[in-house]
Amino acid sequence: MNRTELLSTVLSLSTEFSPREKTDRPAVLAPVQGLTDLMLKLRDHSELSFDMLTVATAIDWIKEGKIELVYILISSTFKHSLQVGALLDREKPVAPSLSSVWAIAEWQEREIFDLFGVRYLNHPDLRRLLLEDDWNGHPLRKDYVDDFMLERPWR
Amino acid sequence: MSSGSNSLIQGVSLSQWVGGNAWTDTPWLAFAAVLGGTALTIGFMSLTAMVLVYAERKIAAHFQCRLGPMRVGWHGILQSIADSLKLFFKEDIVPTNTDHLLHALAPALCVMATLLALITIPLSPSISIANMNIGVLFLSAVSGLGVLGILLGGWSSNNKWSLLGAMRAGAQIISYEISMTLSILVVVLFAGSMKFSTIIESQATGWWIWRVPVVGFVAFFIFLISSTAEINRTPFDLAEGESELTAGFHTEYSGLRFAMFFLAEYINLFIASSLGAILFLGGWMPFHIGHFSTFNHLMDLIPPGIWFAMKVCGLIFLSMWIRWTFPRLRVDQLMRLEWKILLPIGLVNLAIAACLILSEYYFFVWNPL
Amino acid sequence: MEITGMTAATMSNTEVPVSSLDERIKFFQNEPQSALATQEYFVNMGPQHPSTHGVLRLVLKMDGETVREIIPVLGYVHRGMEKKAEYIGYRQQVHLTDRLDYLCALMNNWVMADAVERAMKIELNDRILTLRTIFAELQRIQSHQLWWGVFGMDLGAFTPFLYGFRDREKITAIFEDTMGARLTMNYIQPGGLMYDIHPEFPRKVKDFLKYFKPILNEYDELFTGNVIVHQRLKGIGILDGKTAISVGASGPVLRASGVSYDLRKSDPYGVYSKTQFEVPVGTTGDCWDRYIVRMQEMRESIRIVEQLIDNIPEGPTMVMKFGAKIRIPEGIYYNQMETARGILGVMLVADGTEKPYRLHFRTPNFNNLWSVISMAKGLRLADLVAILSSVDIVVPDIDR
Repeated sequence: MNRTELLSTVLSLSTEFSPREKTDRPAVLAPVQGLTDLMLKLRDHSELSFDMLTVATAIDWIKEGKIELVYILISSTFKHSLQVGALLDREKPVAPSLSSVWAIAEWQEREIFDLFGVRYLNHPDLRRLLLEDDWNGHPLRKDYVDDFMLERPWR
Repeated sequence: MSSGSNSLIQGVSLSQWVGGNAWTDTPWLAFAAVLGGTALTIGFMSLTAMVLVYAERKIAAHFQCRLGPMRVGWHGILQSIADSLKLFFKEDIVPTNTDHLLHALAPALCVMATLLALITIPLSPSISIANMNIGVLFLSAVSGLGVLGILLGGWSSNNKWSLLGAMRAGAQIISYEISMTLSILVVVLFAGSMKFSTIIESQATGWWIWRVPVVGFVAFFIFLISSTAEINRTPFDLAEGESELTAGFHTEYSGLRFAMFFLAEYINLFIASSLGAILFLGGWMPFHIGHFSTFNHLMDLIPPGIWFAMKVCGLIFLSMWIRWTFPRLRVDQLMRLEWKILLPIGLVNLAIAACLILSEYYFFVWNPL
Repeated sequence: MEITGMTAATMSNTEVPVSSLDERIKFFQNEPQSALATQEYFVNMGPQHPSTHGVLRLVLKMDGETVREIIPVLGYVHRGMEKKAEYIGYRQQVHLTDRLDYLCALMNNWVMADAVERAMKIELNDRILTLRTIFAELQRIQSHQLWWGVFGMDLGAFTPFLYGFRDREKITAIFEDTMGARLTMNYIQPGGLMYDIHPEFPRKVKDFLKYFKPILNEYDELFTGNVIVHQRLKGIGILDGKTAISVGASGPVLRASGVSYDLRKSDPYGVYSKTQFEVPVGTTGDCWDRYIVRMQEMRESIRIVEQLIDNIPEGPTMVMKFGAKIRIPEGIYYNQMETARGILGVMLVADGTEKPYRLHFRTPNFNNLWSVISMAKGLRLADLVAILSSVDIVVPDIDR
């Protein structure tokens, strides 16, 4: 399946998907509500079968006031890949956990929670992954500041 | 044995000397003799351990395509002395929450058990410290004491890894003691004695490993495996299990106390190897082939002490070879090997040995003429 | 100092509960139900432990020798690389990648360089691609040599460790000739290579291959055929293909589970499409399969290098002006490659300036470690060590 075919197949799967611009691979945006169901559809579709969640991370779009969750899915049978994004409110980022779809998501979501502060609903074990439990703030947010940073605008 | 009363070297065993007229005549002399004998034994023990450590390091190094110690003395020959000195002067770190008394007692127990086992080993017809008539029984008994030290060391360290190591060691040593004793019993049956010197003398016409067709070899093989397990060497070094338990039962030991565990380990290697040599390879008896009298006379020229040392060295080398080639077994595999494989074979072997003795037709005499 | 970034998110989201390590441990704690039940206990494996290969900490719930639960605690070498990356230029990013998985630094460099090149649509010549491929495969051999040695040591055989290091040293020396560095090379730069290869490089590589091929058989004689090794590895830590995919395993771990997914074949980069090689695949996905797959991969890497080393094309080794400021057009770029341990991905979020807006490393060990947890439950402590070693984790790669 080439890029356009893949994109049209994904878009025809559900009306809730919308294409995403400025990426190097087929990309769609999905709403946060019902993300789990949409991902299940992508995983179980016979022509898509995205069974590997390779990347799960987030981007802090501070100007828009949004946090974008980025999932890059790969199919181990067809070897094609797809990027799925979901925009969250930056002030109150809550998203459904995908750990029931891909086991690895539990692990990756803990990292996103740790570094971006995204709270996951129905996550089996939501706690910080890389930083200590009592760390203040979420370092990969763009407005995060602490004493150890490279650039210290407040000094 | 001569009856001279003033020299160890001329062939009086210490026990005879002490137990003889010297004890009643001059108590201070007896006291001095006991003191001297103990000092000699400990000196011999330390020296043997040092030589073994050096040998192990060199042998391991050459197995592993490197040189080993090269800096202290010629080819690093003084390295062991330097290391012992270092261990003497190192700080003895005792963790706060240990059971101090037991923590201090454990290495001493290990060394004591080893020392007791060592005195029964006759090195040549003229050098033996305690040539008692229940030598085999005594050695089996006191070598089991060593595990007490290991258990105490692991328990008193207040460290879960140490405890795991100690429990492994306990289970392992107690299990393998059975197989080891079964294989020793085969020889005791054939020799008809528990006295080491008698066992050796019974092999004048042929070593037990091949004098009894298959039984001797099977017993030797079981002995080799179980004694390796008994002294916690690879592939049975689960008690230390460096990659699993960091250092096992002696994780919390340092300085001299660690050195004592180390000493006990190497002396145990020596004891196990000499036991193998005494029971199965004829001790100090020279190597003879049937009726080749010229060859046999030539072999007789080599002194018995050298024969014994050669056999022991061979067995020690074998043990080191195994250690630096084999990976470690898992704990359940270790137990399976003992209870499901070695123990039944050992029992059957012992039964066959008993039958052979009853039938009185068992000596393998190779006669080419 | 007022901390601004955290407040909004932490304050307003209290309805989603957040756990902590202590709570997690309490969650797994249970008292023995009857007098006959054994008492379970928790023990810290690491951060200082010989076979966690660095500062990985695993909190184990043990029942005697049996591992009941594993709680990995990460972050002991967390260096905030993704945050750091937002403050430095694209050319400097390569220096960060060396420190991810320090055993395949060159491949990490390549992923980063390639991500920048693809984003900027820079065409490389064949010389650069061929040399990069050769270096990557040499690095794969080197990494697997070290793994083999350490694997032996973790199983209790010390000798393989020194054999592995002895042969690894030969490749390190070859790298040192060209790059002047032995571990963190940062040699592959966006736009080409830092400098041309050493004139003796092809000869030395050929000498090495000639030396190493019989050595691989020696490895087999020393370790592969040993009956204890078979006992320790076969049927231990089984990861079936479906679970392997679900837990995001990649590299030899995934392929040992029977999933033939190798980016060198499925999504060829460099000059892999011009070379002949097989992708070794396991059947059951136990430790033994992972061992065999890696041993086989070394042989395949030798094959690849042999095909390339004799005809390295001529040409410049840098197609971009060195020192030029790199500006990547706005967008999200994701690039991945097959390193010795699995897929290393770099996600670049560019905003048209000289620095990335966001940079994410998808590291192989991070995902592979997760598979260990599902593999090792219910097995013995010694099996956990074997599994950890067969997955071949490198902790700085996990923590970033």
